Amino acid sequence: MTIKEIFETMDYGPAPESAADAFAWLVDQGSRFGHFINGAYTAPGTGFESRNPATGEVLAELTQATQDDVDAAVTSARKAQPGWAAMGGSSRAMYLYAIARLLQKHSRLFAVLETLDNGKPIRESRDIDIPLAQRHFYHHAGHAQLMADEMPDREAHGVCGQIIPWNFPLLMLAWKVAPALAMGNTVVLKPAEYTSLTALLFADICRQAGLPKGVVNIVTGDGAVGEMIVNAKVDKIAFTGSTEVGKRIRTATAGTGKALTLELGGKSPYIVFDDADLDSAIEGLVDAIWFNQGQVCCAGSRLLVQESISETFHLKLRNRMKTLRLGDPLDKCIDVGAVVDPVQHAQISKLVASAPDGTVHQAAVDLPAAGCFFPPTLIEGLSPADPLMQEEIFGPVLVSTTFRTPAEALELANNTRYGLAATLWTENINLALDVAPKLVAGVVWVNGTNMFDAAAPFGGKRESGFGREGGVEGLMAYTKPKTSPKPLAPVAAFDAADSPAAPTGIDRTAKMYIGGKQARPDSGYVKAVYSAKGDLLGQVGLGSRKDVRNAVEAAAGAKAWSATTGHLRAQILYYLAENLAARASEFANRIDSMTGKKTGAAEVEASLQRLFSAAAWADKYDGLAHGVPIRGVALGMKEPVGTIGILCADDAPLLGLISAMAPALAMGNRVILAASEAFPLAATDLYQVLDTSDVPAGVVNILTGSHKDLGDTMAKHLNLDAVWSFSSSDLSEAIETASAGNLKRTWVNYGTAFDWSRDQSRQFLQAATDIKTIWIPYGA
Amino acid sequence: MDSQIADKAAQASAKSPADPAQAGHAHGSLPRNPGMDLDLDWALGIEANTSAIERRCASLPGRRSVKKDHQAAWLLKAISCIDLTTLAGDDTEARVARLCAKARQPVRADILAALGMEEITTGAVCVYHDMIPAAVRALQGTDIPVAAVSTGFPAGLSPFHLRVEEIRESVRAGAREIDIVISRRHVLSGNWQALYDEMKTFRAACGEAHVKAILATGELGTLRNVARASMICMMAGADFIKTSTGKESVNATLPVSLVMIRAIRDYFDRTGFHVGYKPAGGISKAKDALVYLSLMKEELGHRWLQPDLFRFGASSLLGDIERQLEHHVTGAYSAGYRHPMA
Repeated sequence: MTIKEIFETMDYGPAPESAADAFAWLVDQGSRFGHFINGAYTAPGTGFESRNPATGEVLAELTQATQDDVDAAVTSARKAQPGWAAMGGSSRAMYLYAIARLLQKHSRLFAVLETLDNGKPIRESRDIDIPLAQRHFYHHAGHAQLMADEMPDREAHGVCGQIIPWNFPLLMLAWKVAPALAMGNTVVLKPAEYTSLTALLFADICRQAGLPKGVVNIVTGDGAVGEMIVNAKVDKIAFTGSTEVGKRIRTATAGTGKALTLELGGKSPYIVFDDADLDSAIEGLVDAIWFNQGQVCCAGSRLLVQESISETFHLKLRNRMKTLRLGDPLDKCIDVGAVVDPVQHAQISKLVASAPDGTVHQAAVDLPAAGCFFPPTLIEGLSPADPLMQEEIFGPVLVSTTFRTPAEALELANNTRYGLAATLWTENINLALDVAPKLVAGVVWVNGTNMFDAAAPFGGKRESGFGREGGVEGLMAYTKPKTSPKPLAPVAAFDAADSPAAPTGIDRTAKMYIGGKQARPDSGYVKAVYSAKGDLLGQVGLGSRKDVRNAVEAAAGAKAWSATTGHLRAQILYYLAENLAARASEFANRIDSMTGKKTGAAEVEASLQRLFSAAAWADKYDGLAHGVPIRGVALGMKEPVGTIGILCADDAPLLGLISAMAPALAMGNRVILAASEAFPLAATDLYQVLDTSDVPAGVVNILTGSHKDLGDTMAKHLNLDAVWSFSSSDLSEAIETASAGNLKRTWVNYGTAFDWSRDQSRQFLQAATDIKTIWIPYGA
Repeated sequence: MDSQIADKAAQASAKSPADPAQAGHAHGSLPRNPGMDLDLDWALGIEANTSAIERRCASLPGRRSVKKDHQAAWLLKAISCIDLTTLAGDDTEARVARLCAKARQPVRADILAALGMEEITTGAVCVYHDMIPAAVRALQGTDIPVAAVSTGFPAGLSPFHLRVEEIRESVRAGAREIDIVISRRHVLSGNWQALYDEMKTFRAACGEAHVKAILATGELGTLRNVARASMICMMAGADFIKTSTGKESVNATLPVSLVMIRAIRDYFDRTGFHVGYKPAGGISKAKDALVYLSLMKEELGHRWLQPDLFRFGASSLLGDIERQLEHHVTGAYSAGYRHPMA
């Protein structure tokens, strides 16, 4: 085309980024790669090809790791870890800083290689992926520096197994490696088999930075290698990927004591209210669902538009789709590149073809003859009942529906198994700040979307996983309390004496407590409780799955508790303490009679202290404002986990229960307490105290019976958000396994003892809260 | 084009048949915006989220890239959209004649030949009222219109009847385009009816000359005010909306431009009439011009890349573009003195 012709057409024309340097690097490496273990590349072995999804051309041959490879990587990491932790935060900070600098120096090579390997537009790898990866290392160099001062009670897990996805290969590596290294862990990382190249280039960066051997190990391969890592002798698993695989990892690590964080799928709502800047909201959608071809776990893939503006908004949206440019990802003038692999392309095509309802609108783009390209797609007029409104598509496909009121927007938004991110657009600050906290999501963007920063925690709720990446919250996932746990001996109930003393006085029935009412067990059975001497102390109901069901329902009905103020919750906790104190000797005697020890008085006294601590914290466990590099604020809001099932300690029948219950209540959770199995009567006595202390019905529910049975039902219950077990029965594996159903948060003791005599409220507060990151950019 | 929009455009065209006499210049095949009744629900209902608008503008240069021959063609297009401007107290007829000569031959002939382009001109020459006759004389035999800044430019605070009369005088003197300044105080005090009435009066005074409404966005305080003022000026019949006089401390910016061209798009979608856009002041680099062109192309489409709907109000931009064009031809970076001055 001549300049004269272009003067008329005003086409953009090609603007290709050169791939020459990236190809030269691949050729320099022989276009074949082994693993990176103990500071060196291993010899390439048999494996698979890595292809450019935009052209289908083979970029390099990669090696499928064997069990020996994984073992060697773990061994190398294990050997390096003590020295890496012991060198101190300042020394580690220097290495992280060097890595950040090197990523910056080689930024174009990383960007081009990422685009070749993944198919994402060069604009994104150049302007988003690589700069954010650098930022992650800079930020965490700071955390390493500050660790000794800021986290004196915490230490590294040890060796971390890390499995990352193909959608943001280097960025996800950075999210995993930077905090792990900062806190003194060493890592064995597996990039996705489609996209391993930037990880292998990163290995070279580690060498250039002089990182000690074994601190970073990278093994390549498919899901089978991932499984090997999960089952290896590592101390922590961090996984980003699909919910399905996340659940398998939850099950596989159950009971092992391996720490686990999962960052999984999503079907994130994108809500547009009638007073939004519509054009900006549409531009936001481009970044929500057509960014990285929609292959983003937190993609705003579910559009919810207020009815009154729906027609205008959809018209504008369809118009906007006309100017999206799809094509060669290396072209600097391209919005939508290639999806990662033919397999993914087939999956997206299948899902879109499956939409029986709804109007499918696709951008009129010219699809290149070769390569994995899928046109930007909008499916309008779907209902929540349509599978495409529920299922993650993981492609450039937006589904939409309408709502009438803010309340309905929230209902629709939260009508999902996922809870990763949410976006809302409104110019009304009252509406925004009311809706944002009510969205079930780990991240909420107000008048913007897909904003990320190393200082702002990212992660999900519900089946989008647990754990956070970024910020101080992210560091918690790579550290553990400095403790040396002791084994927990099983606490057995006492048996009846041969000739127990006859009960005196009027018969008392120790009932369960559900929804603010005393409840008989659904089973109709009771279990006798005997003193150390074998005298009958009473009978408690044998709780069953039905009782758990009723308690969870009652707790669900008490959600208003979560919306109360910290001040009010503090008042109620103080009142509880007041009423418990009034009956201190009665409770002390009860404990002594059950345990046969003389610790009752001390236990009651400590319980009062725990109630006071929790009351104190109720209005002080504050969120924070993160220093993110935008004009705006990223709020870290602490919110209750929801409803927590707690298998209370057997060894401290009152103190164990109070220590767990009080912080949970202080943070606005509802609880279902399974009383000490051996010594349940202190718990059943408690309901009278609860009744007289203004605790709303359903906020605290107390069950008695077998921890195994109650714990199993709790762990499987899909409307429970967390299960904690301090039981002396060995239930950790069973609970963690069953928890995979809805990926509820678990906190189990793995058969180790908890020191109830120490006030460890902070641990409970942390477990009782999720942090939600709310991004609020602003500008007059 | 969506059927709904197409229908509206067709209706609009039917309602205002293209009158050749109304066609202001060479590209003027579109019906002029006749304006409409003041619709405050619409105008005041527009929202402009500053941070989102800034993010769009910040990322646009990274999203759109024009290289090699395409870049040369785009830069030539930019030249054809320049209102080559002199608005200085020391302007003389000779100085204006020099400017007009440059408007007629903005690029060295050998460079144009190397690019395979026929002769091009700038979009217009823009001067103060007293310089109109000199400019008209100097541009005789060309299609280049003379634009005059008017209505007490730049502050717009002279007596209203004089401002209206100034327009009439300028039209009589041969200006085919009138760049009026709005009363910023009407916007800042929320007196939208007054803004509408003022604009409507100015438009009427222009007669067949096209009217560009200068909003002086740097003095309007918020992007929301920019959006509202844009919409109201279009409702009152502006042919163009323009950012600035060049005399404010902040002149054309990308965020302000985005707000104004989105208003133009909404107005077009609703009425079917094309309103032009003119960023003025502060655009001096060829690279910036490319970004503005891509912004127009992305937000408004190809039709708005023609000089009847898009102008740069600029004086030093041309020089940078000339150097870039020579670089394109020779491969060597150019020097300012190699290009004839205005």
